[in-house]
Amino acid sequence: MYPRWLWQALAAPGVVWLVLLFVVPFYAVIGVAFGTLDPIFQNPIPIWNPFDWNFDNTMQILAQFAPGERYWQVFARTAVYIFFAVTISLLIAYPVAYYISRHARRTKVILLVLLVLPFWVSYLMRMLAWVGLLAPDGLINGFLVWSGIDTDPPNWLGGHPGTVIFGLIYGYIPYMILPLVAALDRIDKNLLEASRDLGMTARQTFFRVTLPLSKMGILGGCVIVTLPMFGDYYTPMIMSGSPTTSMLGNQIYLYFHGGPQPDVGATLTIVLAAFLAVLMAYYLYSVAKAQRELQ
Amino acid sequence: MSRVADSVTAPGPLPAAVHRLRGLVRNPYGRPRMLMTITWAYMIWTIVPVVIAISFSFNDGRSISVWQGFDATRWYWGDAVNSVWHDPGLRAALFQSLKLAALDVLIATPIGVLLALGLARWRGYGSRPANFLMLFPLITPEIVMGVSLYLVFQYVYTAIDPSTTAQVLGQVTFSISYVVIVVRGRLLSIGRQYEEAAADLGATPWESLRLVLLPLMLPAILASMMIVFAISIDNFVIAQWLSCGAGCDTVPIKVYNATRSAPLPSINAVAALMVYLTLAAVILAYALYRFLTRGERAAGSSRNDLAKMGSIDFN
Repeated sequence: MYPRWLWQALAAPGVVWLVLLFVVPFYAVIGVAFGTLDPIFQNPIPIWNPFDWNFDNTMQILAQFAPGERYWQVFARTAVYIFFAVTISLLIAYPVAYYISRHARRTKVILLVLLVLPFWVSYLMRMLAWVGLLAPDGLINGFLVWSGIDTDPPNWLGGHPGTVIFGLIYGYIPYMILPLVAALDRIDKNLLEASRDLGMTARQTFFRVTLPLSKMGILGGCVIVTLPMFGDYYTPMIMSGSPTTSMLGNQIYLYFHGGPQPDVGATLTIVLAAFLAVLMAYYLYSVAKAQRELQ
Repeated sequence: MSRVADSVTAPGPLPAAVHRLRGLVRNPYGRPRMLMTITWAYMIWTIVPVVIAISFSFNDGRSISVWQGFDATRWYWGDAVNSVWHDPGLRAALFQSLKLAALDVLIATPIGVLLALGLARWRGYGSRPANFLMLFPLITPEIVMGVSLYLVFQYVYTAIDPSTTAQVLGQVTFSISYVVIVVRGRLLSIGRQYEEAAADLGATPWESLRLVLLPLMLPAILASMMIVFAISIDNFVIAQWLSCGAGCDTVPIKVYNATRSAPLPSINAVAALMVYLTLAAVILAYALYRFLTRGERAAGSSRNDLAKMGSIDFN
């Protein structure tokens, strides 16, 4: 009943907007990364024609990711921090999600509200909260001294890797729990009863039925928190500020706001995006699949 | 059988406390106390620090970590120099945040609603790439979007310098996708039967769009406006990369800068104001959605829609 062109016409402004302000900007990063430098001022000159791209710079920078080279340490540090942050997040998130989806009855609604609450509090506010708590004269150190656990507590905000990992966990764990709750909620309760009827113990049921069926939720939750963590530069700055705990995002930030080498920054951004593209592709694939099932 | 009898009749050499502890850990048919403890501990751990930070905005002293007495107004407007209202930097940041959020809502909502309609109905060449394109801003790490927008305004759209305009353009770019997700979810749950009925009764396409589809989409449109307002006010990375300097600072940028020097409780106060505003927007969105879809409760559809709304915030 509607004219055939109507839906395309309605989608057009949004698609044009996303092309102009999402696709073209990404192409600008590629153009700068594969461009050349002004011989006198050393400003980057972007190259738009793919046939003229200059990969010398990029190869040099990629070579510096090798062990022992310039970016190796910051890359390895980023990967280690994120590995610990994601693993610990999962160890906390899974039991919480399991309890909410399986056991919480009357309290389920209130728990879900509390679970979503951090989404609506600014990330920066949540970090500021810990800056106050972890300050040398803050409540955490006050408690440690008062209780006698540690009479000479360290300055947590003075360059501790542990504090940065803690900040990453605190910042991103809500994003991991929601997909887990959704995945656990989708499991057919009849399968669990069948497993128990067939003589499996509660533990066997968990490891052989629940855990395998929630695999997609685990993967989804891990991907959702890993993507922003790799681009994060503010958490290490707020929680430590020390160059000894800086991550890949800090390195990129530095090339744009500290040093005059946006071409290097652009190349690092491309490297980061390419590295994360695998995860993003996987995630988009699973979202698209879920959407097809919905329709 | 014998094992049960053992544990009841003969606690053995184990002290009673240890015995009870073992019972707590392994009670296969009772309430899972361990899981319950972990869950509530987690909830306290995520919420209480923010509550403490907000309460320090009522501190009577100049510290954000040592409690020095209660003063309800000092850091909001009482202090003649450093309060949110009297510190020119903080006041400007507050208005810059509100300005960006308002413009973001005004621009992103219409574009996103139209895109949602188009993507939900458009079948054929180009619809799949458009669908994928819409999802990308949700999962791209913000620093990648920040860098690319920063460079595009420097090298391609050279007429636009880092400025409020650039910040609005950047924020709208990632807000559109949130509007699409919320509105399209609603469209899928409405289905097409109402429009078909309207057409059977003689409505023109324009009439069925305006008189049938638009009122049905209204709850989702209002909800998405509130959500865009909330994510825009909390956005840090895009606003920072496209900032023109002190004049374009938003509240999250101020908070970031302050955590790296010696923050006063006025920072807590301005961040707390943002929390109040965001929560007000979200509660309003929820209430409006419930009110406008009150006739559909039996179908259970609005509850599912809301569950979707809660889980779309990826960044």
